[in-house]
Amino acid sequence: MSAFITSPHTTPKMLSNSVTRMMLLVMLALIPGYLVYIWFFGWGLIINAVLCVSTALLAEAAMLRLRQRPLWPYLTDGSALVTALLLALALPPILPWWLAVLASLFAIILAKHLYGGLGYNPFNPAMVGYAILLIAYPKYMTAWLPARHDGLSLGFMDNLRYNLFGALPDHTSYDALTQATPLDKLHIQLGLGKTVAETQASFHQFSGLYGVGWDWVSLMLLLGGLFLIYKRVIAWQIPVAMLASLALIALIAWLVNAATYPNPLFELFGGASMLGAFFIATDPVTASTTPRGRLIYGAGIGILTYVIRTWGGYPDGVAFGVLLMNLAAPTIDQYTQPRVFGHERDKSA
Amino acid sequence: MRKLWHFHGGLKLDGHKALSMQSPISRAPIPQRLTLPLQQHIGEPAQPVVEVGERVLTGQVIARAEGYISAPVHASSSGTVIAIEKRAIAHPSNIHDTCIVIDTDGQDEWVTSHETRQDYLQMEASELRNRIRDAGIVGLGGAGFPSFIKLNPGTQQVDTLIINGAECEPYITCDAMLMAERPREILDGLLIMRHALNARQCLIGIEDNKPDAIRALQDALTPEESQFIEVVTVPTRYPAGGEKQLIRTLTGQEVPSNGLPIHIGIVCHNVGTAVAIARAIHYSEPLISRIVTLTGQAIAQPMNVEVRIGTAMQDLLEHAGLDTAKLARLLMGGPMMGFIIENPDVPVIKTTNCLLAMARTEVAQEVPAMPCIRCGECTRVCPAKLLPQQLYWYARSREFDRVEAYHLFDCIECGCCAVVCPSHIPLVQYYRFAKSEIWAKDREKQKADIARERHEFHQLRLERKKREDEDRKRKKKEMLEKAARGNDDKQAAIRAAMERVNAKKAAQQQSAASNKDTSA
Repeated sequence: MSAFITSPHTTPKMLSNSVTRMMLLVMLALIPGYLVYIWFFGWGLIINAVLCVSTALLAEAAMLRLRQRPLWPYLTDGSALVTALLLALALPPILPWWLAVLASLFAIILAKHLYGGLGYNPFNPAMVGYAILLIAYPKYMTAWLPARHDGLSLGFMDNLRYNLFGALPDHTSYDALTQATPLDKLHIQLGLGKTVAETQASFHQFSGLYGVGWDWVSLMLLLGGLFLIYKRVIAWQIPVAMLASLALIALIAWLVNAATYPNPLFELFGGASMLGAFFIATDPVTASTTPRGRLIYGAGIGILTYVIRTWGGYPDGVAFGVLLMNLAAPTIDQYTQPRVFGHERDKSA
Repeated sequence: MRKLWHFHGGLKLDGHKALSMQSPISRAPIPQRLTLPLQQHIGEPAQPVVEVGERVLTGQVIARAEGYISAPVHASSSGTVIAIEKRAIAHPSNIHDTCIVIDTDGQDEWVTSHETRQDYLQMEASELRNRIRDAGIVGLGGAGFPSFIKLNPGTQQVDTLIINGAECEPYITCDAMLMAERPREILDGLLIMRHALNARQCLIGIEDNKPDAIRALQDALTPEESQFIEVVTVPTRYPAGGEKQLIRTLTGQEVPSNGLPIHIGIVCHNVGTAVAIARAIHYSEPLISRIVTLTGQAIAQPMNVEVRIGTAMQDLLEHAGLDTAKLARLLMGGPMMGFIIENPDVPVIKTTNCLLAMARTEVAQEVPAMPCIRCGECTRVCPAKLLPQQLYWYARSREFDRVEAYHLFDCIECGCCAVVCPSHIPLVQYYRFAKSEIWAKDREKQKADIARERHEFHQLRLERKKREDEDRKRKKKEMLEKAARGNDDKQAAIRAAMERVNAKKAAQQQSAASNKDTSA
């Protein structure tokens, strides 16, 4: 069929869009978030990124080879690269190297290629890699470095030495070096019967706006996300619906009882909400594809994120929210078909 | 200012229109040979009414319309019919079809005088339609549907007559030039159609990238005409000139799926058709020529020419200075919906609006398609508000019932989805493939239905015969049985008679014996 060329007869200018271009723009949009993250949490992100990217590309190449697909077009499409960079951002900066490698292997081999590769995977590969690690290695996956603001910071070589060999600097212990993320900490403290105000007053994590470091990283990811919407790489419906639903529930809960439910802005800026809304949930392959469906899909992630954060046992809910809604995406698409030109509005939908 | 409506999707494309608008419309020379296909329109092919060797005059009917949806074909110039046979024609699938071939004599001798202007107001709507039909006029915008049918609203009240001068395809300028140069003829055609349809208002829709055309038409309107005719400027956005899209833009109404504009009281005709109608009614001139845009980087002097229908494309391309070394792809129509002409010897037909000779720099290199990543760009640009990614998915996996459930047949094949696809998937090809597969299945199903009906009828006949045979057998048996019963009675009677006879005999013997006794 492809030998027979029919209209449209594209001109070179029409052909300017490509998967590679979209992925490059996503990477571009990640740069501010990456820079601020490194500023606050040190070089761990770079170490993770290098490990994830190299593992992901090797795994991608190996799988393409096994599946007898051409290497060049698929390695250069940028999708494995984006998966790896998003995964690196989701991992704690201080993490044994083999966990970063393992997560990347799960993401590329299990979540992507075993389902048929680019375009065919039902679950977000980066989130599959992250979630498997979170379930299997909760100790490592919940220990973050303190933000630079707290005065404790790890140099590049120290961080590398720990990630590669598990060796800590002489004067410190693992427990002294690491701490929970603000979201996680709040969750733990609320579980111990503390109020939101008490918790926020007594721990370093909560200095700054909504979790020191996290607020700025979130802001930069928000900027990157707006850039992607402007460039029409992602659809606005998913992030808007996700953030709006998350904020709305948080607002209601906060108005009901501010002692046990944090400020909605803390929910938006204190965890992975921005990363999830603009970079994870918007992965087109695994998201809903109809305009109305994307609103429902995004809202679903927002609600699930809040529910898991508030009543679940994990430090954040974005990854599971996304994976659960990935499951629902085909059904959502089925029931949210737009009204086709010249048709009455479908009564059954 | 008229309120304009928005149609979903569409694309802003580079027009490339200035290329062919440098000089006014010229007349192409009458070619030595005309090849006139019998089917240049939607519907039944015309039937030849001339014979090989016959001399024909310009405007003479050489093939008559066959059935209702059809159009006659006229000799585009005087000459001799040298063949009626299958020749290569302009068609996406490169097929051959029956053509009447005329060697012209250069005299261009008309069959009738057509100088005197006739008054359309004296004619009934039905007479106008008959004349338009006899003139062989079909939609010149590209579809080629017989125009007289669209001028027959039946019992439907026509509110709006729309003249389509949007011309949204890149490169094509034949309508723009026609509007700029012959606005009066377009308005004349419009007035005739309005008369035939009894339309309340008339709108002429033109994309805003054609200021000359807009100005010319506005200037040509008389104050009286501007009471009911409005020249409406519409935003330049492909496919604004699609019939459904233009109707939506101008009136806010949507032509129902599977329906026609007339069902919502609207009739839409192309500007070229309007001119053809004006000439047919005023001067009894049949459709023997049309304006064709010759353009593209492989042509030295891009231009618009008035061409006799049946002229070989090759003649025109040479006329405009085709550089064969530069030519990468020759299209009939525009880049978005046109199709490739492999053999430039094929003739210009009534629906040939443009010959686009693209140079290598104008044609994008074929890039291998990547998998669909469901980004939804196609959905965003689809003017039919379809989900092209889903259609692609199901067409690819040959789930044709799903494709139909996603309204494949509302796709107008405008090509927007394929242009924006980041994975460079030739989406429209998949839709055409799915459509033709479904049509083929339908045809097969029809055949199968007919076969099944025949089979069922055959079975019925067999059963009836069997039943009749059984009936007959039963009746015969009954008769036989009856007959057999009849025999029994007879035998009983015989037996009774015999018994009676025997008894008599015995009695006689007894009495004889006693008599003997008494006599002895």
